[in-house]
Amino acid sequence: MIDPIEPPKRKNPLLRTRLPTAPPRPRSRRSHGFTRAAAEGRFMLQRCEACGSFAYPAREACPSCLSADLAFVDAPRRGVLLAETTARVPSDVYFRERAPWRIGLVKMDCGPTIVAHLHADCSEGAAISMSLQLDKSGQAVAFARPEGETPNMADDRQWREMTADPKFRRVLVTNGRTVVGQEAVAALKAAGAKTVFVGVAEPWRPFAGEKLLRGQDGIEIVALDAADEKSAADLAADIGGKVDILVNTTEHVRPGGLLDRRGTSIARDEIDQAYLGFINLAQAFGPAMRMRGADGINNSVAWVNILSVYALANWPAFGSYSASQAACLSLSHCLRSELRPGGVKVMNLFTGPVDTEWFQTVPPPKVAPRAIAQAIVSGLRSGLEDMYVGDVAEEIRQRLAANPKALERELDR
Amino acid sequence: MQTKSLLELASAVSSGAVRVVDLTFTLSPDFPVIVLPPEFGQAAPVRIQEISRYDGRGPAWYWNNVTFGEHTGTHFDAPIHWFTGKDLPNNAVDTMPAKDMIAPACVIDCSAQAAKDPDFLLTVPVVEAWEAQHGKIPARHWVLLRTDWSKKGWRDYANLRDDGAHTPGPNPAVMKWLVEERSVIGFGTETIGTDAGQAGHMDPPYPAHHFLHGAGRYGLQCLCNLDQLPATGAVIVASPLKIQNGSGSPLRVIALVGAS
Repeated sequence: MIDPIEPPKRKNPLLRTRLPTAPPRPRSRRSHGFTRAAAEGRFMLQRCEACGSFAYPAREACPSCLSADLAFVDAPRRGVLLAETTARVPSDVYFRERAPWRIGLVKMDCGPTIVAHLHADCSEGAAISMSLQLDKSGQAVAFARPEGETPNMADDRQWREMTADPKFRRVLVTNGRTVVGQEAVAALKAAGAKTVFVGVAEPWRPFAGEKLLRGQDGIEIVALDAADEKSAADLAADIGGKVDILVNTTEHVRPGGLLDRRGTSIARDEIDQAYLGFINLAQAFGPAMRMRGADGINNSVAWVNILSVYALANWPAFGSYSASQAACLSLSHCLRSELRPGGVKVMNLFTGPVDTEWFQTVPPPKVAPRAIAQAIVSGLRSGLEDMYVGDVAEEIRQRLAANPKALERELDR
Repeated sequence: MQTKSLLELASAVSSGAVRVVDLTFTLSPDFPVIVLPPEFGQAAPVRIQEISRYDGRGPAWYWNNVTFGEHTGTHFDAPIHWFTGKDLPNNAVDTMPAKDMIAPACVIDCSAQAAKDPDFLLTVPVVEAWEAQHGKIPARHWVLLRTDWSKKGWRDYANLRDDGAHTPGPNPAVMKWLVEERSVIGFGTETIGTDAGQAGHMDPPYPAHHFLHGAGRYGLQCLCNLDQLPATGAVIVASPLKIQNGSGSPLRVIALVGAS
């Protein structure tokens, strides 16, 4: 049974802000099979293709039959907690600061025994549900939670280290002019965010949904034109130290590729809004977020990008836009690395065409803006890095994994 | 004119006997730009990016890279901007005669009407009433329409509604008349364009652009401080950037005002 976390008090300005530390980072190349699974919220173990037995930790050969044919596959999550222990004075700085820290030995129903971080409601002899989580080093760790829901389950201290729950945190949604931005604001507020700052560029231009944002408790409209270096820097000067989660809802979709466009001004807008906007936001807000990674209950935890799945494979009908998204995807990996010392996650949501004006003539299925907003919240609560929202995004991912060349030809229609 | 008179002018400017009024808004990213339907090409907004500021990028100096569309901020329209002026000689900012960059102005104060009606239109009778008081508009003068629009907050300034912008401007008849009967050198406004917000629905659409540029005349927009100018007698200095084949440019517009 966990006590709910209390809303954080205002900071004591006489105290130094604690700097983030990180749990041990080294992993074998093979172990990154777990990293991939954790990034997407899947639970995967190696299974021997020869004898069918599951193995853990990551191995080069099957411990039962010595076959080298081990593949990461989705595995059953259920297990039983055999034994637990509490580390009270760990030698590692990260865990020492967070001691006492509970870990336990879990016998998985599918065979292996796993050392896992424990949710406070796990007790010896009881069933648990295992997941792979990304820790503050961005590496996969096993985490055992009780099988069913328990009260205030998400408020568990150790669980919160693995996730980026919006509860009590302050969020900046960078563009509130769009439906996606407005849905994100509503979903994050409903998820318990203390304050949602909503960026509005060119405030002299009226926009649909403006009334919904104004005059709501805990929602603050701020002037932000992400594509403008000074605007991003000015806003960061005001609220940079209060942004615990940044949700980049930049949206600039224009149809067209290369030959049927004249000149570069549309492409330039695409790059200006999406790519340079990303850089402006990162330079304005990134340093403070990285520095505040251990700043109490409302420490900075996550940066969210909403990207087109066509960042992964160019869709010529929106070819130039796809390229701008690919640039942002590449940049997100750079940001992820640079925010790593702060333990701040970078979560990318990949979507197919969204049900908005600029995809008007594209036939369904299209992703509802609300589905994106809900995915943002669930991804933050689970501490994910990569999410594929909607059928199209999921399908593109699978087709890309199966045969990139085939996908290239198939998108060429 | 004698060199001596010119030196007297310089001396009067220096002493303050001739007032210099800045009619220009600061060129900044926040200033509203003309809004076209999104499927059209758009004016690039003003962007100011630091190259260095006495830092590692350049220890002793501060400078910026600046990008903007030709029609952003307080700006000048050359005849080539509109299809009606596309075939005229010397119709771009780099080829227009330099002497056209200095000319006197008549300022028509319609601030009271514009305060009551954002769609206020300047008409021939309004100008005739002004002439009854101040005399006939001489040839090659600017006509500047004072509406006090420049004193509004940005949202009211752009005043965009779901049927477009609602800002004051000239009607077609007065534009044709000013160009043909009064031979104005140009027409200037405080609003985002030389035309009214709803001018797309007039016949012809955008009459200020249509008639001015068709006759090789100029436009000035996003002016401010028109309330500091006398009805007649001010001299406008408006020299746009010399952009190759440029259709217009942001510029510093100043007015010289003598003692009354």
